[in-house]
Amino acid sequence: MSEVTLPAIGTAPARPAPKGLTGRLIHEKPLGAFGGAVFLLFLVCGVFAEVIAPYGLNETNMTARLLPPSAEHLFGTDHLGRDVLSRVLVGAQLSMIVGACAAGLATLVSIVLGVASGYFGGRTDMLIQRFVDAWMIFPDLLLLIAVISVVGPGMTEIIIVLGLLYGIAGSRIVRGAVIAVRENAHTHAARSMGATALHILLRHILPNIMPVVIVLFTTRVGAAILTEAGLSFLGLGVPPPAPTWGGMLSGTGRTYMYLGPWLALAPGLSLTLVVYAINVYGDALRDLLDPRMRGASGFRGAR
Amino acid sequence: MQAFVTRRLLALVPTLVFASLIVFVSMRLIPGDVIDLMLAQNDLSTDHDRAAIEAALGLDQPMHVQYFRWIGGVLEGDLGRSLWQNTPVTEQLAATLPITFELGFLALIVALTVALPIGVYSALKQDTLGDYAARSFSLVMLAIPSFWLGTLVMVFPSVWWRWSPALEYTPFFEDPLNNLAHMIVPAVLLGLSLSAVTMRMTRTMMLEVLRQDYIRTARAKGLNETRVVARHALRNGLIPVVTLIGLQAPLLIGGAVILEQIFVVPGMGLLLLEAVFQRDYPVISGVFLVVGFGVLVINLLVDLSYGWLDPKVRHQ
Repeated sequence: MSEVTLPAIGTAPARPAPKGLTGRLIHEKPLGAFGGAVFLLFLVCGVFAEVIAPYGLNETNMTARLLPPSAEHLFGTDHLGRDVLSRVLVGAQLSMIVGACAAGLATLVSIVLGVASGYFGGRTDMLIQRFVDAWMIFPDLLLLIAVISVVGPGMTEIIIVLGLLYGIAGSRIVRGAVIAVRENAHTHAARSMGATALHILLRHILPNIMPVVIVLFTTRVGAAILTEAGLSFLGLGVPPPAPTWGGMLSGTGRTYMYLGPWLALAPGLSLTLVVYAINVYGDALRDLLDPRMRGASGFRGAR
Repeated sequence: MQAFVTRRLLALVPTLVFASLIVFVSMRLIPGDVIDLMLAQNDLSTDHDRAAIEAALGLDQPMHVQYFRWIGGVLEGDLGRSLWQNTPVTEQLAATLPITFELGFLALIVALTVALPIGVYSALKQDTLGDYAARSFSLVMLAIPSFWLGTLVMVFPSVWWRWSPALEYTPFFEDPLNNLAHMIVPAVLLGLSLSAVTMRMTRTMMLEVLRQDYIRTARAKGLNETRVVARHALRNGLIPVVTLIGLQAPLLIGGAVILEQIFVVPGMGLLLLEAVFQRDYPVISGVFLVVGFGVLVINLLVDLSYGWLDPKVRHQ
């Protein structure tokens, strides 16, 4: 994007070691490093949610209903007297599980479809790509709503559907990367030495598309978290009383927001912060790992 | 140009076939419970009644027969009837589509009026404070979910100033002012979320174009900066932005579903949500067909405008 970042790419090793990568991230992309740190913080909160949470998740207290934020209840309490902070923490856990699992599954699907399409080419490629074309004309949220309406709401269902959804769309990016690597000299050399297709895929193609895959995974985590929240907001996500961030902003809680406006703040702020963090981290990671991908998605050029 | 158009139209055929299969297969996976629901609602319970409902819905036929029967109806403009209201799906779609279209159109106008000037400014003043502010704004807008922003707009003005956005829908041709007063808030929210990506794209493209030789030539021959930017840079820089807008069409529709729900706009999104909660599958597949077809048409228009904006594309 700007000339400032270009020299770094020229002098960088082709595949930096993980340790060097963190160092470079902090040094060259402070905002990206900040994003990574915030994400890590949410991850820790998610993993240890039950330990950190000051109150029980569904612990109701009728004498402490709709209390504004205070020392005892940092984010206030809701209409049943439940501690909002505790619920937001457990919400982080749910979001992280959905985000990581859905993005993981999506990446796997993208690799399988993208490699099949890009490496074997020809008729397979044609068929897969026309299917992906058709798949991509339907809005994510609409497909999700429709499929969830058939299979019913639930965490596993959402993870599987989101994984397939993003996986199929993301296969296009993997395919592009595979096609680029397929024509590399070392791939040709391996083939002329009689290496099997499997050997070439595992030893020559996959390691070289890893930067693309890592970046793809990162951006999908944010997208999955945001979409799950939207679904829960519409009442089609993880069913209550599970405290999803999207769910906390909808349903019966909504009517009480006029009495306790703080109810509208914590879940939305957490959601925005975590997605922002993942986006800037993913941007920075992409700039460091794979400068060619700049421009491949909407998230571009941020430092 | 004619050959170009024909080529693009032919390329749509396989996509349409796959799309119809996706809609069909996902909808025909109807689980038993929709029929159970109908049986319960009509106080019927025997296997005989179940068979009658299945026959009425055509569910007793083999899959491929169902598909060709359904696609035949679609081609004749018959999308079936709503399972609950018993009105033709086409009627419901005709009533709701213009409303969603208006919302999307207004949002697009908002997005472009925000994104283009800021994007161009950001590129011209690269690495200044203004540029950083604009980019931070777009990064934050990318992360804020529109349903949260919508919730904030509903709650806080009401708590602080006892003001809340209008929630009553009036048809545009009955009372344009009241209609716009209702639509403008969701349209601005939808437009803002769309503007983030558009702005980033505009900025990057302008930066790239401004470094080209022909821009240096234009400046060297003494054209003033406004003319260089408006006539030479912007037109070429906008081509990828146009594509991006096409790619964002599905996003726009997805966002419309959520905002229609918050602001009670009786568009296609609300129709879809109601249908989902009632498991009204003919309506769901109808919405899907219209949306899919709409996105395809938008992409086609984008492709064609490409040919118009960039003569190189036409002759490939």
